[in-house]
Amino acid sequence: MRLRLRYAKLGKVRFTGHRDTARIWERALRTGGIPVVLSAGFTPRPRLSFGLALPTGAESVAEYLDADVDAQRFAADDLDGGALADRLSAALPDGFTVLAAAVVEPGGSLQETVTSVTWELTAPADTDVSAVAARLLDAAALPLARVRKGHDRLDDVRPDIVALRSGADRRGDQLLRPPGFGCGAAETQAATGVTGDRSARVHCANRSTLVADVATTGRGLRPAELAALAFPDAEALGIRARRTHQWIDHDGRRREVMTLDDAVRLASLGADQVVVPAGSAGA
Amino acid sequence: MTALWTRVEPLLALVQKPARYIGGEDGAVSPRHAPGKVAWLLAYPDTYEIGLPNQGLQILYEILNERADAVAERTYAPWRDLDELLQRHDVPLFSVDTHRPAGDFDLLAFNLSSELVFTNVLQMIHLAGVPVRAEDRRPEHPLVVIGGHSAFNPEPLADFVDVVVLGEGEEVVGEITEVVGAWMRGGRTDREAVLHELTQVSGVYVPSMYDVTYDGPDLLAVTPRYPDVPATVDKRTVADLGEWPYPKRPLVPLTEVVHDRLSVEVFRGCTRGCRFCQAGMITRPVRERPAEQVRTMVADGLRRTGYDEVSLTSLSTADYSDVTDVVAGILADRAVSAPGCSTTVNLPSLRVDAFTVGLAGQVNSGRRSGLTFAPEAGSWRLRNVINKLITEDDLYGAVDAAFEQGWSRMKLYFLTGLPTETDEDTMGIAELARNCVSLGQRRRGNRASVTVSVGGFVPKPHTPFQWFGQNTLEELRRKVSVLRAAAHKMRNVHLKWHDPAAAVAEGIASRGDRRIGRVIERVWRDGGTFQEWGEHFALPRWTDALAAEGLSLDWYVHRHRTRGEVLPWSHLTAGLHEDFLWDDWQAALTGSGVEDCRWTPCYDCGVCTGYGIEHVVSSPVPPAGGSQGTGQDLSRGGRRPAAVATPDEVSVNVALGRRFDATPVGVGS
Repeated sequence: MRLRLRYAKLGKVRFTGHRDTARIWERALRTGGIPVVLSAGFTPRPRLSFGLALPTGAESVAEYLDADVDAQRFAADDLDGGALADRLSAALPDGFTVLAAAVVEPGGSLQETVTSVTWELTAPADTDVSAVAARLLDAAALPLARVRKGHDRLDDVRPDIVALRSGADRRGDQLLRPPGFGCGAAETQAATGVTGDRSARVHCANRSTLVADVATTGRGLRPAELAALAFPDAEALGIRARRTHQWIDHDGRRREVMTLDDAVRLASLGADQVVVPAGSAGA
Repeated sequence: MTALWTRVEPLLALVQKPARYIGGEDGAVSPRHAPGKVAWLLAYPDTYEIGLPNQGLQILYEILNERADAVAERTYAPWRDLDELLQRHDVPLFSVDTHRPAGDFDLLAFNLSSELVFTNVLQMIHLAGVPVRAEDRRPEHPLVVIGGHSAFNPEPLADFVDVVVLGEGEEVVGEITEVVGAWMRGGRTDREAVLHELTQVSGVYVPSMYDVTYDGPDLLAVTPRYPDVPATVDKRTVADLGEWPYPKRPLVPLTEVVHDRLSVEVFRGCTRGCRFCQAGMITRPVRERPAEQVRTMVADGLRRTGYDEVSLTSLSTADYSDVTDVVAGILADRAVSAPGCSTTVNLPSLRVDAFTVGLAGQVNSGRRSGLTFAPEAGSWRLRNVINKLITEDDLYGAVDAAFEQGWSRMKLYFLTGLPTETDEDTMGIAELARNCVSLGQRRRGNRASVTVSVGGFVPKPHTPFQWFGQNTLEELRRKVSVLRAAAHKMRNVHLKWHDPAAAVAEGIASRGDRRIGRVIERVWRDGGTFQEWGEHFALPRWTDALAAEGLSLDWYVHRHRTRGEVLPWSHLTAGLHEDFLWDDWQAALTGSGVEDCRWTPCYDCGVCTGYGIEHVVSSPVPPAGGSQGTGQDLSRGGRRPAAVATPDEVSVNVALGRRFDATPVGVGS
């Protein structure tokens, strides 16, 4: 039996890597009492499969994990009312939150079925994000210098960009956030009980975002690469990336791998889903 | 007091492994600082991956945070990339728990597990924004404290630290907290006053309260500056480990660390008496944790952390007197609490005999890829010298049992440059490895292989070998090359060695006096941090610094010390009588070993009698399989089993193929 989880990774824990995240999950599933099936062989490992790796340093409210569970020992009732999601969130480090859980049909790895993802990048202060989006969309080609297998390459990444638009950054809504989920000042305040740096807070609240739908076929465009194209003059330090959706094709239309029937959860994180303009659906 | 996270956070986008710096581990706390609370910053002067699992640091972190009058946070040495960024952006060293500036703490306390981290201590003090030299610090600066095994000769760091703690910290950290707390309440004005007061705490050594006199290169005396300052400082020892079931909330890192599993300490101390081993000498006597407590700590720890692997830690875990029962209990508990889970029990520091291999086989449910033993010396003669009394019979018996039970790769650790070592002994390492391979081939065919790992021996303070002149770099390299030439011709024998150059630097720092402090400062100023990391180590930094200070490498490292000579640590004691150490050194030179003193008459090393404590054992009888020659006929220790004896050797009546007695663990008492 396959259990699919959608989870958020926000705040300080965004600095953990993909392998770190896998280990964190293995432990959390054990402390959370989920009877994950072990692989056969000399070194049995829990049978888990993750979707597209999230780059270290990027946040997400749309991460996925498939776990093969022992149907005999798995209490599917837990799925009702979010009891299982709550239990797992409690077993995970601060910053990881389970947003949805469901039993799905086995077959089809997440990595293969996801065709595009949506990223939100914080723009440098006072950037006209709509103009940036227009510039990139209008370009005939977007050459990007990369190193691949030790060789310098120049790739045209324009075909990887499905849609771009500007969005309002909600990261300024600090009061909506539990500890550890801020853009800096708020989580500092929560952690230490002292007042954070006010100027950083204001700075944060004033920023807008670039929302990008990016194809996952081929090499894929990493958020840092997109940021370099979109904001070539910005210091890398200032750009923050958050994955908000992973999309699969369903009869020619795209849909979210797992939709959130419980929008309250996202709102509680201060990480409301970005509304995708109708024009970009199915593109 | 502003937390530094907002300034650290953007820098983390630019460094390797940023998860090293975020804290947030399960078990971590965000303590509430308050004016009445003494704030400790517990520092590990190496990377997070190496420092996070350190049990000493985790224990003190928890004990201090349980106190109403203290808070404790942690910090680790920032890797060079972040180190540079911190300095460029003028951000000080910070705690990982709440990202508080290191300079805002009242004590900056380092855990030292090796001498090569000394330069990192200086760098971390510097990054904290605190003057590196103790004499330049003012009352508002944190008190810089060191403890841990490598603090047993703190003299090379005497100019840079305020307070040294000798021995175990569980009790003494509370006493230090009280003294420092009273000083803070009194206005925190006179730094000298609190340091003087701290000399009254047993186990605490304050270097600045002592004068040192020399005659040319010779150290004449280290004398207290005030009548109430003790002339000799004794280590602290916890009498009963059962009263300290820590850590209760083990730290579970969010990123990969060197020992990424639960650790439960089953005993402290070691009485096997290996003469090269500083840890074994300075942690006496043996104090075993009650078996029932071990079992509870393992069960609670696994449930709490979600780990599926536990290490039962100590200096020689198979010597734990209740080891079979405890292991059986752990596996039984897991079968009930986590059905379907695969749980691995690790027994590090394996004793070399077939019993131990059998035990390892029963607890290791995973792939049997490699098993590690540490015979330390290649010949029975030399093992008598170093008092690691593994008979040839036990050694080959262990290896054969391991191959028989499914392991195909064996890793053997050795030291070279040991006292009285001849080329015959060195070559004995290669011969031993070849014999192991030939045993393995009978069981595992061509898959059987042996990896030999060789390190250069560095004599350590408070051991019988503290008087021994360390081999020169040339001599160590020659021995390694002799071994390489021999191993090169041997099928399925792989040789690994550490560059002996690091052993030279370690030798300088290990037995140095206060004058070596200037050498360490030069190495540090020259950029010589992370000296345990091959890519950052360069011996010329050390030898050039010695030369610049007009000090002699030969005098500090390669010279044999004489009896009666004042050693830099003569005024500090781990409870071992100097007579005992000297007599043991003389016994070493005649090649005679002594048995484990837990089960044999006392050799009067001084620790139990001096501190009024005793060995605490969990079971009244020695563990199965014996312990360090106990009950064995050592006169036959050098005889090889027939299977590996050369034709001209006397064959003895030992069946090499004997099976480990496969009684299930847990059956019996």
